[in-house]
Amino acid sequence: MSVLTIEGRARLLGDDINTDYIISSRRKRDTLDGDVLKNYLLEDLDPGFAATVKPGDLIVAGENFGCGSAMEVAVTVVLAAGIRAVCARSFSRTYYRNAINNGLLPVECDTSSIAEGDRLQISVEEAINVNNVTTGRTIAGQRIPGIMVGIFEAGGLVPYFARHGGFRS
Amino acid sequence: MSGKTISEKILSAKAGIDGHAGDLAVCEVDFALGTDASMPMAIDYYQQMGGERLLYPERLIVSLDHYAPAASARTANLHALTREFAAANSIRLFEAGNGIGHQHVIENGLTGPGDLAVGADSHSVTYGAFNAFATGIGSSDLAAVMISGRIWLKIPESIRVEFEGSLPAGVYPKDIVLALLKLLGSDGASYRTLEFVGGGASRLALEERLVLSNMSTEMGAKAAIFLADEKTERFLRERGRNSFEAIAPDPDAIYASTLQLDLSELVPLIARPHLPDNVAPVSEVAGTRVDMVFLGTCTAGQVRDFHEAHAVLKAAGGITPGVQLVITPSSRSVMERLFTDGTMADLLAMGALLTTPGCGACCGTAGAIPPDGANVISTANRNFKGRMGNSTASIFLASPATCGAAAATGRITDPREFLA
Repeated sequence: MSVLTIEGRARLLGDDINTDYIISSRRKRDTLDGDVLKNYLLEDLDPGFAATVKPGDLIVAGENFGCGSAMEVAVTVVLAAGIRAVCARSFSRTYYRNAINNGLLPVECDTSSIAEGDRLQISVEEAINVNNVTTGRTIAGQRIPGIMVGIFEAGGLVPYFARHGGFRS
Repeated sequence: MSGKTISEKILSAKAGIDGHAGDLAVCEVDFALGTDASMPMAIDYYQQMGGERLLYPERLIVSLDHYAPAASARTANLHALTREFAAANSIRLFEAGNGIGHQHVIENGLTGPGDLAVGADSHSVTYGAFNAFATGIGSSDLAAVMISGRIWLKIPESIRVEFEGSLPAGVYPKDIVLALLKLLGSDGASYRTLEFVGGGASRLALEERLVLSNMSTEMGAKAAIFLADEKTERFLRERGRNSFEAIAPDPDAIYASTLQLDLSELVPLIARPHLPDNVAPVSEVAGTRVDMVFLGTCTAGQVRDFHEAHAVLKAAGGITPGVQLVITPSSRSVMERLFTDGTMADLLAMGALLTTPGCGACCGTAGAIPPDGANVISTANRNFKGRMGNSTASIFLASPATCGAAAATGRITDPREFLA
């Protein structure tokens, strides 16, 4: 994988952040437009959260991020808010897949030492490392498995399919 | 090399490889589902990917179930978009008002033993009850399936779940799955398949197995598969599906872990707000005030579920004043059968509110929404804060019988109090 670096400010969330929290089902029946939906990001958990998100922020969470529904808008709304990576101790499988398929970087790593507002630098090569600039500590992330590397590198499943016309086997 | 689990067998066969857990497999898909909540995005991805025609339109169904009936111009337009796409591409569509997509799959025998089934809805794991490898996917993956007929999957490790014994009176499949949630936690089966085996599993009726497969996604499971037996075969044959090749694990298959559960030791359980794994015996929260009771959803929308709730309600003398009982049959066919056998007339006479068959009330997209601060007890599979459309409501999850008992008393109540 070619080198990719993502930098930003850590926004701390807890365990079991489900897709309904990320974006409520009742919002997505009104629109699928990320620029509108981003105003309701995590509203049921913290109504003030969306207003404080700045493009370049990074989500940092605990266990089981993205559990619940397989709805993909829970990924596209995060991207629409200008967030390019989510670091979590673990992800639900559907969220992980949908993230890769849309070019949002899911980093599975031990997030326990990261504090709200820490400056993070994520480098993606063969391995993924999260450098906490604020504390000087580097955390190793899990590699992206197999075919997902190709999909993520292409920018997501749409450009991957547009380029290859199907799955490269 | 060791033998194979059900997942290893099905995904190997679909990919044409000799695969084991951890291997990546690009698999042929036998059946796929889209809904009004996932199809509009899937159509968008499909077009962006350059999709021109579906490779296997006959393998896809679309159900208008999340926004039924459409309560705004916006959702009506999502329906219109999905309808037009289905018509233009010869896709079988189940109209709004006919019920939940998963229920259509069940009622029409659309998937069965050995199949790889995917659905752009997390509760597509339900079809594991029929010995299929069934899993939830997003809209982009569905678009790729529409174009290529295939999906890539990592072959998961499996957890062997052995059920012994039989359920005592007043205890139901929902209590089994809540017991599993308590044991495993909300990510205890992440990236893994649950394989349900043992005498306790084979004694369950098909409709009861569905409850367990359905809610396994609340433990993060990728699939949740029962063995196929004569009950599976009969159920599917009655629904017009005659090809039948049961997939069983090899005796020397390797499992990530094994769990044993004696069903005869279970008691009525309840998930407290706001996570499905926040499980306790009903006795521990008994007496808690209940404002609204919800019967329905893809995990408890079978005729037998309504019968179980109705039996308790009837024995207890009906709905207590001040409690709102909302009933959402999972399909038109379930609704019609409840009308035919008199159950619905009885529930309506007690004061129940009947809503359109579908998913709406469960996820707050259509149907009845609880008021501020309400305590809701529900047969659904999720109780996340805000799940039913009001983030100040508290949702408890329990069996239809426990929900029936709560509707009768206005408090969380052990249903065994009303069962002779």
